[in-house]
Amino acid sequence: MIYFDNAATTWPKPPGVAEAVLNFVQHIGGSPGRSGHRLAVEANRVVYDTREALATLFGVADPLRIVFTANVTEALNLVLFGYLRPGDHVVTTSMEHNSVMRPLRYLQSLGVELTVVPCSSEGVLDAADVEKAIRPNTVLLAVNHASNAVGTIQPVADIGMIARQHGLLLLVDAAQTAGAYPIDMDQMHIDLLAFTGHKALFGPQGTGGLCLGERVELDRLRPLTRGGTGSQSELEEQPDFLPDKYESGTANGVGIAGLGAGVRFVLEQGIENIRQHEQMLTERLLAGLQDIPGVCVYGTRDARRQTACVSFNIKGIEPSDVALRLDEEYAILCRPGLHCAPAAHRTIGTYPRGTVRFGLSYFNSVEEVDAAIRAVRNIAMKKH
Amino acid sequence: MAETEYAVVLFYSTQGAIKAERALLRAGFAVKLIPTPRQLSSDCGTALRCAWADAEAVQAALEGAKVEYASIHKVTVNE
Ligand SMILES: Cc1ncc(COP(=O)(O)O)c(C=O)c1O
Repeated sequence: MIYFDNAATTWPKPPGVAEAVLNFVQHIGGSPGRSGHRLAVEANRVVYDTREALATLFGVADPLRIVFTANVTEALNLVLFGYLRPGDHVVTTSMEHNSVMRPLRYLQSLGVELTVVPCSSEGVLDAADVEKAIRPNTVLLAVNHASNAVGTIQPVADIGMIARQHGLLLLVDAAQTAGAYPIDMDQMHIDLLAFTGHKALFGPQGTGGLCLGERVELDRLRPLTRGGTGSQSELEEQPDFLPDKYESGTANGVGIAGLGAGVRFVLEQGIENIRQHEQMLTERLLAGLQDIPGVCVYGTRDARRQTACVSFNIKGIEPSDVALRLDEEYAILCRPGLHCAPAAHRTIGTYPRGTVRFGLSYFNSVEEVDAAIRAVRNIAMKKH
Repeated sequence: MAETEYAVVLFYSTQGAIKAERALLRAGFAVKLIPTPRQLSSDCGTALRCAWADAEAVQAALEGAKVEYASIHKVTVNE
């Protein structure tokens, strides 16, 4: 079996992830931050250590400025609903996932002004277009770091500079890049970094979070949920300090334990090495697919400018049929369709048909890439 | 029965207490996380305890490591 659906969720995970999950369930199991007994304290340590590993990976000075959420969708909703008010203007791009687009379309119906900056047919955002969209009432730029539809990497650092110059906050959806591509919040001037735990960070599903840069005014950013935090139990009001302000309810200790192991694996391997391996596989896959008559590859088609997520179509065959044949005849697992990103598919010209998407990971090999290229060639040839 | 003097450090967040513990253990201090003593706060959270003799050095280490804390108290325990 060849698993090429890593852009949706990574599999397999490094062995340490399952071990950490099992260890938490069997031997730790207390409520993080709720009681003072040894198991609760140990659970709280596990949660803190994961925060610290993430802080190292993303260049966050204070681990307590990272808050955990159920996934990147919740982290993005936290920022969009917590920060934007009717009358505010927000700039986003035409390559966004629905986890940004749907909250923004809803907020637009409540009176938030929205500009969606178009990207090129390769999915590339021009930072100058973002700057042109800024108005006097703009408060936030919300940008996808890399597209989950075609892998295109956006010039986030350039947009970060623009955000600084105009006194705006930059929110980055790093679902596709966290763990697969170097991210430094300071260097890239990212104010709000939303990540999901179950993709290239190799955590279990149900994990994610938000890194809050020093420029974010916490008074302005309302929590999405309020409730018990294990701190200041004498108060009936929500605490205003981090991370408690944004973390109500018992944490996903099991998931966060696994996420910690995933992030430590990334740190041990080295993000540059991970990127290098994935870029090499991507280059090979791009070349192999483009060599097949009747196959159209989307995006920049340049491994240096994209993640290990490659989208293509075979002339005359629907993406869903290609994916079904890949699964049934070749045991190659991938994802066809629109990938929760209709705006991105409109941008690259594949709406409403969608594409076949191969999402590779650090655990994939050259042999698997070559086998997949052969399979696509066979499917394309039989049809011609 | 001997009297022992401890310093008890209180934090805003229980995650702050862990951050402090990690920083102080790395700096070589002997510390222990305990349930926040009722007489110091009605908080249900976690506090950090060390020898009173270390109190000043611990305070300096926390500030050096940029660990925020709420307050430090002297607690005498009959052991
Ligand atoms: C760019 C992007 N944003 C957001 C998401 C949503 O991630 P999650 O379902 O973990 O919240 C995904 C993946 O599904 C994605 O690729």
